[in-house]
Amino acid sequence: MTVVETTDASGMVMTKTAEGAEVLAEAAVPAAGAHDVKVAASKVSVFYGEKQALFDVTIDIPARQVMAFIGPSGCGKSTFLRCINRMNDTIDICRVTGKIEIDGANVYDAKIDPVLLRARVGMVFQKPNPFPKSIYDNIAYGPRIHGKAKAGSEMDAIVEKSLRRAGLWNEVKDRLREPGTGLSGGQQQRLCIARAIAVNPDIILMDEPCSALDPIATAKVEELIDELRERYTIVIVTHSMQQAARVSQRAAFFHLGHLVEEGETERMFTNPSDQRTQDYITGRFG
Amino acid sequence: MSDKSAAASRTGTWYEPDAGLKRRYAADKRLRIYGVAAIVFALGMLAILVGTIVSTALPAATQTMVTLNVDLPADRIDTSDPRGASYQMILTDAMAKIFPEVDTPREMRELRQLFSNGGQYRLRDMVIADPSLIGRSVPFTFPLADIGDQLHKGLIDRNTPREQRRVSDEQISWYDRLVEQGRITTPLNTGMIFNADSRFPELAGLKGALVGSFFALLICFLISFPVGIAAAVYLEEFAPKNRLTDLIEVNINNLAAVPSIVFGLLGLAVFLNFFGMPRSAPIVGGLVLSLMTLPTIIIATRAALKAVPPSIREAAIGVGASKMQTVGHHVLPLAMPGILTGTIIGLAQALGETAPLLLIGMNAFITAAPDSMFNPSTALPTQIYIWADSPERGFTSRTSAAIIVLLGFLITMNAIAIYMRKRFERKW
Repeated sequence: MTVVETTDASGMVMTKTAEGAEVLAEAAVPAAGAHDVKVAASKVSVFYGEKQALFDVTIDIPARQVMAFIGPSGCGKSTFLRCINRMNDTIDICRVTGKIEIDGANVYDAKIDPVLLRARVGMVFQKPNPFPKSIYDNIAYGPRIHGKAKAGSEMDAIVEKSLRRAGLWNEVKDRLREPGTGLSGGQQQRLCIARAIAVNPDIILMDEPCSALDPIATAKVEELIDELRERYTIVIVTHSMQQAARVSQRAAFFHLGHLVEEGETERMFTNPSDQRTQDYITGRFG
Repeated sequence: MSDKSAAASRTGTWYEPDAGLKRRYAADKRLRIYGVAAIVFALGMLAILVGTIVSTALPAATQTMVTLNVDLPADRIDTSDPRGASYQMILTDAMAKIFPEVDTPREMRELRQLFSNGGQYRLRDMVIADPSLIGRSVPFTFPLADIGDQLHKGLIDRNTPREQRRVSDEQISWYDRLVEQGRITTPLNTGMIFNADSRFPELAGLKGALVGSFFALLICFLISFPVGIAAAVYLEEFAPKNRLTDLIEVNINNLAAVPSIVFGLLGLAVFLNFFGMPRSAPIVGGLVLSLMTLPTIIIATRAALKAVPPSIREAAIGVGASKMQTVGHHVLPLAMPGILTGTIIGLAQALGETAPLLLIGMNAFITAAPDSMFNPSTALPTQIYIWADSPERGFTSRTSAAIIVLLGFLITMNAIAIYMRKRFERKW
């Protein structure tokens, strides 16, 4: 039933099917070369009480690419990321103005339900935060609450598919009933990515997903991000310039709540147009 | 003790401890000794308390019983109505058979004082339960009265002059003859748990108080647990943070510190006088206790909810759970061990609470255990209060025994709380 509402709200075409595998396969429609705009933000400002944290950010995020937000701490990149799936709603004093359109529908529109929005826009957090439940239940929780699959073989298929896409299946397939918190940090983070994939989102937001991981786990997650961009639009916040260079196609540089510069990653790292970007990338501040 | 002076007083090699360092270690040691002394003092006090209670309660562990051969002649007991017979007469005859020299009414009365007044009722109940006994002579075991019990337990000094003694010389000699004839036994005092209250210590037990406390705690739990959790969840997870909720929070914290007798007065005014609920009933006791327990549970629940890491909430909201699903599926289950611990500690507190129960009349003298939560009854702490107030010597040890029963329940409840906390503790 939620699926139908999603269709109304965002104008997306989404087959209402009970077959879990089909639901997942349906997301895999890579229209090669067609980098249409997935998220269009215009004049987004965020206030925490009296304090303004973000100033008139206008940016287009193309579909099925990795967009990296970079910038020094406190520059508003995480704040903006959390506007896209309205995670900021949970903060009482937070106020957002402006418009963020996903496939043409403003997410701050009164008729948009944040619950449905978050099913469409998955999120991966800085610290791996699996539920203290079994690996299976971690993945199955999202589809279960959204009514996307019935318990049993249908759910099993979603769990397997999600874990496979997160590159975790071979490592955990024999211990799906063990607690997700028992995995290593890198595995936990990939479990969280699998959990986000399981509800079949279009967009995955990642808030410094590798900052708590060691270099080897980081490499695995980055590899995974690269694979995922075939199917999903990915927005990643990162502190690591190298990571941004490695995984992203486009980058946006934030500074003191302003979007300073946005463009193709390669161009931005070799030939930034703004002096502040140049300073940050070359390590003169931040 | 500035650095300069320490440096100035330093002599010899660099590793030689100087005066300042020695003073520091001495101060450390002193502090440690203070700490140990405080613990020894506290443990000593506890030992004295428990020791006194246990040693006072020990005599109540057994009950002195006497066995008489009782004739149950068919002409004195109507088979169709065994209830109507005079069992007191039958028992008196059985006594007279052992003590044939007792003939004056005064002596007879003194003799009867040695045996429990409850004997006749037990004999009646025995005959009603088994009418085939009528017409036979059967051994009948029943408690000695308080003075007999005290004599047997050596709590009455025979050397004190007669005027200062509660038993006459004749009573002592009769008692001695019963001992000679091997009629005295001291079985475990099960009546302490299974009898209801009585004017006579040898018959008094805690059944009424236990049942009353159970009903009151049940009511208390059924009301304060769901209401407390709902209130805490709303305040912690849903309520906007503004002046009104701040005020509510301050007031809940204050409520936890309100003297319990005030809740008793409230219960008296509201539940008894305004709503006209039955006096001395466990339901009213439970309602009053739940008012007292609510703040404890709310505070414990809020603390437990706060302790759930925000990352779990974010994770749930991030996959599209609604606020209620986030709380219901993740936050509340994770907070449950803390909530249950707080609840049990709150209930243990309620179990030991006396003052509010006194005000709603749960200190009444009631000789039957309540059938329901609407019948008058006592509770464990009020029963202790009643017994401690009673003049009969036998109640001294029974009061202490009742305290041990109460402490036993409290320790058990706290042990369950600790077990649950350990059992359900989660690592993040």
